[in-house]
Amino acid sequence: MSSATLHRTVTVLNPEGLHMRPADKLVRAAAAFQCQIELERAGQIADCRSMISLLTLGAMQGCELVLRASGPDADAAIETIGHLFDSQFNESSN
Amino acid sequence: MLELQGIAVSPGVAIGKALVFDREGYSLARCLISHEEIAKEWTRLIEAIDQAHQQLETKREKTTASLGERLGSIFSAQQQLLTDPHVRSELEHLIQRKLYSAEYAVSEVFAKYAAAFRRASSSFLAERAADVRDVERLLLESLSGKPAPTLRELPHEAIVVSHDLTPGETASFDPTKVLGICTEAGGPGGHTAIVARGMEIPAVVGVGNFLHNIRSGDLVIIDGHVGRIFVSPDDATLERYLLRRKARESIATQLQELRDLPAVTSDGVRVELMANVEFPHETQACLARGADGVGLYRTEFLYLGHDSEPTEEEHYQAYLQVVRDMQGRPVTIRTLDLGADKMGMVRPAEPENNPFLGLRSIRLSLRNPSLFRVQVRALLRASCAGDCRIMFPMVTTLDELRSARFLLRSVTEDLAAEGHPVPASIQVGIMVEVPATVLMLDRFIDEIDFVSIGTNDLTQYTLAVDRSNDSVADLYQACDPAVLRLIKQTQQIVSEHGKSTSVCGEMSNNPAHALLLVGMGIRTLSLTPAAIPIIKTAIRSVTIGQCEAMAWRALRLSTAREVEAFLMNQLAGLVPEIVLQA
Repeated sequence: MSSATLHRTVTVLNPEGLHMRPADKLVRAAAAFQCQIELERAGQIADCRSMISLLTLGAMQGCELVLRASGPDADAAIETIGHLFDSQFNESSN
Repeated sequence: MLELQGIAVSPGVAIGKALVFDREGYSLARCLISHEEIAKEWTRLIEAIDQAHQQLETKREKTTASLGERLGSIFSAQQQLLTDPHVRSELEHLIQRKLYSAEYAVSEVFAKYAAAFRRASSSFLAERAADVRDVERLLLESLSGKPAPTLRELPHEAIVVSHDLTPGETASFDPTKVLGICTEAGGPGGHTAIVARGMEIPAVVGVGNFLHNIRSGDLVIIDGHVGRIFVSPDDATLERYLLRRKARESIATQLQELRDLPAVTSDGVRVELMANVEFPHETQACLARGADGVGLYRTEFLYLGHDSEPTEEEHYQAYLQVVRDMQGRPVTIRTLDLGADKMGMVRPAEPENNPFLGLRSIRLSLRNPSLFRVQVRALLRASCAGDCRIMFPMVTTLDELRSARFLLRSVTEDLAAEGHPVPASIQVGIMVEVPATVLMLDRFIDEIDFVSIGTNDLTQYTLAVDRSNDSVADLYQACDPAVLRLIKQTQQIVSEHGKSTSVCGEMSNNPAHALLLVGMGIRTLSLTPAAIPIIKTAIRSVTIGQCEAMAWRALRLSTAREVEAFLMNQLAGLVPEIVLQA
């Protein structure tokens, strides 16, 4: 239970990028945690609880982002949200 | 007085009071509140957000039930925008610190994000701007307790001034209230232009940013002939335009007298002048201008003006009215050409990076056979009332044509089995809009009865220019030699097989281009009803030899600019009275 900042790199795998539906899932997932969760793209930082700030990143497919979490459940948040990116937000092949 | 230059897309002079629209409704008064009202204003906003959230929830459930979770989730994402913590804190700041009214704050914050999205380089983000504005509008509606006023219900006659208009908005125009249209964005082939011409409303588009310089109520003059706009004109300018408007009205009356004369060259070659229409009521304009028939009945507006899919009966009634009104003259109905910039209820499941190369037109229809069948059923039923033909848009491969014909056959059999009268045969044509179709036309030709060249899309696909993109709109030139070669090739192949080619794009509306097309062997032009008298005048003033000489020379030039300059020069020599009128 540290309050240090944890981070990992995630890649947007969805063909359409981080668009409305993935961002919606991301906000919902982030709401379950107490920690502060951010995504950074080339110096631009988005708050994972804010749809509008996630969309503003304009992250297209192949874009690498730094996922950062700080707070009591940071490790679980990194795990859950990282998994969302890895699994293409369960949007693949449809 | 402020004088602005844009692109003239629909002729005529309009003089009237401006009504400035933001993207979704009336522009809002910049309204401030007092310190005592802050708490009340904030509560009002929170309640409106709750109410809007509830409405989105209902929409989400309904859409999920009827169209599946993927489409339903659009509304869930919109809910996120509505309750977004960043948006919330910005609203709070504007109301509590800067004393903005709730409406003012909402429009500021959402407009800011929509603009940021629109500026973004990625197209998916640019498209999200529409979602942001949807949410804004919903919130404004729930704040005011009534639906936001739209272009559909203008309170009085006005000149509509806006950044841009969606096809749906223009389709819902009341032509008796809209005196003129002026937009910051848009190009000559865009849909604001097409609809404005269809409704004979003077329009200038592509003016560039100027909305900050104009307010609702300002007096505006729109000169749709040369693309000029005057905001708060001085007395001399106003006087000049009032006189010009009067003069044009009398010229229009003279042209009207041409109605019952055929479009024949002075040495007797007949050219059919058909009309392009979008709305059934336009048949009156067709008859008044002496159209030989309807060469292109666009059916998208049945979809765009409505909130739900039109029923077979709605299609049928619209088609029947047009076929009957035209009293035995041919009516060519084009099947759905939705997609890209014209969206009905059916949307691609995913945002498209390249909508003009995406699921549009015949592709969209073939992918949604249940929707397509409804239209084809209605069309076949209506075709029994007159000379009605069916035309498939943007056919690119022979497989598409065959699939469409297969569906046509099966619908005919169904109707016959149900006891509906069906026509013994119906003429089937395709629109030539893609260079691939021209290259393969010798294979298509035995399986179709006629061809209509849609010069707008053919130009866009040949020159790889998005006609709605301001930065490259100047590259969009229907007279580019490459486009002319494709038209010539099409005409040759079709006439070798004893069939007919018509041209139904914007080119047909331009007297110089029309004479060029006649010189290239085209004998059917389909154009906006308002342009029929002027094109008829042009054709009646020339010999076929003059047109052919013009085409021979034009086809040997190397650039669009050379072609345009040459044609203008020719027109001035052959039909000087038209050039003077313009």
